[in-house]
Amino acid sequence: MEYKELLLNKLNEFKEGVVLEFTDFRDDASITLAPENLIPVCTFLKNDPDLEFLICKDVTAIDWAARKNRFTAVYHIYSFKLSSFLRIKVNLSGNDPSVDSVTSVWKGADWYERETYDMYGIIFKGHPDLRRMYMPEAFEYYPLRKEFPVMGIPGSIPLPSKD
Amino acid sequence: MIDVHNDEKLLKVLLKDDPDITIEDALDNEMVINMGPQHPATHGVLRLVLRLDGETVVNTVPELGYLHRGYEKMAEAMSFNEFIPHTDRLDYTSTMSNNVAYALAVEKLLGIEAPKRAQYIRMIIAEISRIMGHLVAIGTFAMDVGAVTMVLWTFREREKIQNIYDRVAGARFTTSYTRIGGVASDFDDVAVKMTKEFLDEFDHTMDDFEKLLNTNKIFIGRLEGIGVLTKEDAIAFGVTGPNLRASGVQYDIRRANPYLYYSDMDFNVPVFTEGDCLARYFVRVDEVRESIKILRQLLDKIPQGEIIANLPKKVLPHKAEIYSRMEKLIHDFMIVNFGVNPPVGDTYFSVENPKGELGFYFVSNGSGHPWKLKIRSPSFCNLQALPKMCNGQMISDVIAIIGSIDPVMGEADK
Repeated sequence: MEYKELLLNKLNEFKEGVVLEFTDFRDDASITLAPENLIPVCTFLKNDPDLEFLICKDVTAIDWAARKNRFTAVYHIYSFKLSSFLRIKVNLSGNDPSVDSVTSVWKGADWYERETYDMYGIIFKGHPDLRRMYMPEAFEYYPLRKEFPVMGIPGSIPLPSKD
Repeated sequence: MIDVHNDEKLLKVLLKDDPDITIEDALDNEMVINMGPQHPATHGVLRLVLRLDGETVVNTVPELGYLHRGYEKMAEAMSFNEFIPHTDRLDYTSTMSNNVAYALAVEKLLGIEAPKRAQYIRMIIAEISRIMGHLVAIGTFAMDVGAVTMVLWTFREREKIQNIYDRVAGARFTTSYTRIGGVASDFDDVAVKMTKEFLDEFDHTMDDFEKLLNTNKIFIGRLEGIGVLTKEDAIAFGVTGPNLRASGVQYDIRRANPYLYYSDMDFNVPVFTEGDCLARYFVRVDEVRESIKILRQLLDKIPQGEIIANLPKKVLPHKAEIYSRMEKLIHDFMIVNFGVNPPVGDTYFSVENPKGELGFYFVSNGSGHPWKLKIRSPSFCNLQALPKMCNGQMISDVIAIIGSIDPVMGEADK
């Protein structure tokens, strides 16, 4: 329990009111940030000597389909020092969703952000190499968006020509 | 018609250190070769585009997605129980530990816990499958660098483990053994005896393995000092599992955030500081030894009791009961048709798999299907460090490095 209090105190010290929402569902600490605060807060979390969130374990997104802020970018970061992880959420608008890339803070976020871009079409600004991860480069759809059918779209990936 | 087979952007990344160069200029004195996806040493369908100067690798660009089956999309259209067989197909060298990870992740979301005997059975099968995964890793790795005997020996031992799987799960390979709230069938006395016999023999077999490889001058020579990943780089790239521990970071989820009953177990976390291919091999060998140690403790301590939780609204009833009792039939009908309906919220749960940290991130909106499932697969994250290890090495070392990372593409491509 203490590390969550420590974390919230530290973040409040860093900038008053930076944590828009804090949830603790099933003992998973999760904070919601405004998009413009993402990079400063991540840099702080990584470099603060009491926290040291050195590893970015995962980056993904959630498509809420019907909400006003349609997408939420989700980051899981881990601290060896506290032996615990933290989830950071950033709500993004539905039209041309974009958010600053955290690759400047955690190099390892590179592929995770590429995967999220591939699957949700979220643009990570400042990413060094934002190509698709799994799908072919010219694929027009974003498969994990809710409007994409589970069965796929026939003909969206043409077979190579025989000659 | 869109051109999906265009590699223009990929080549740009390959040449990114000199922005002025074109591919034709580069080809004057360098070579761009395509390794994979159909290459025996890439452990599946990993494609690497290598830029070579003579025999030295200048740049490496991995391309994934040849085995992308869209499991995360499929999970959104399935109930929580239906997805269990798909977890077999993630890391197919150690199917049981994926089953365990998934069941535990769903149980965390539901807020339920399996009975103690079921948890012990899960630990046993997770450790057996760790041995199984490492056997494949060591065997194919040794084969890739020329010691072909090893793969035959390790697969012979793997067969014996699959016999144990056959006994407890009824399948040798795609086990789908765990259920939400417990396990499918009991780990009975015959299985315990089989496992004990296997372990007694296996101790000596491991000695033989080590005798064969650790004194093999070619094997050591091809691995020592190759593909060094420093501690800082390993952490920065998010590498986990044996690859991280070979770089000198003592991080094992079984120790750092104990799940199941790992806090009651006596075992060491092997750590090497060299960070080269040889260290990654040694970590795996030592981990197999530690798993044997854990298994012996588990088999002695396994408690009696139920193997599946008695929570009719959340846990599927046994098939025999469905045919004989009305209320079980109703519960079965409700769970199969409407799902287990976890509360609204999101959870992340991860376990230490043979390849590294396997995590499941669920977002639930209260219905029977997950609103979102994200699989944090260790092979995917470990492969990210591949260019860092390969650049500056010889082309023949690339094969050794891939083998030492031990990626499974079923998991990396999801």
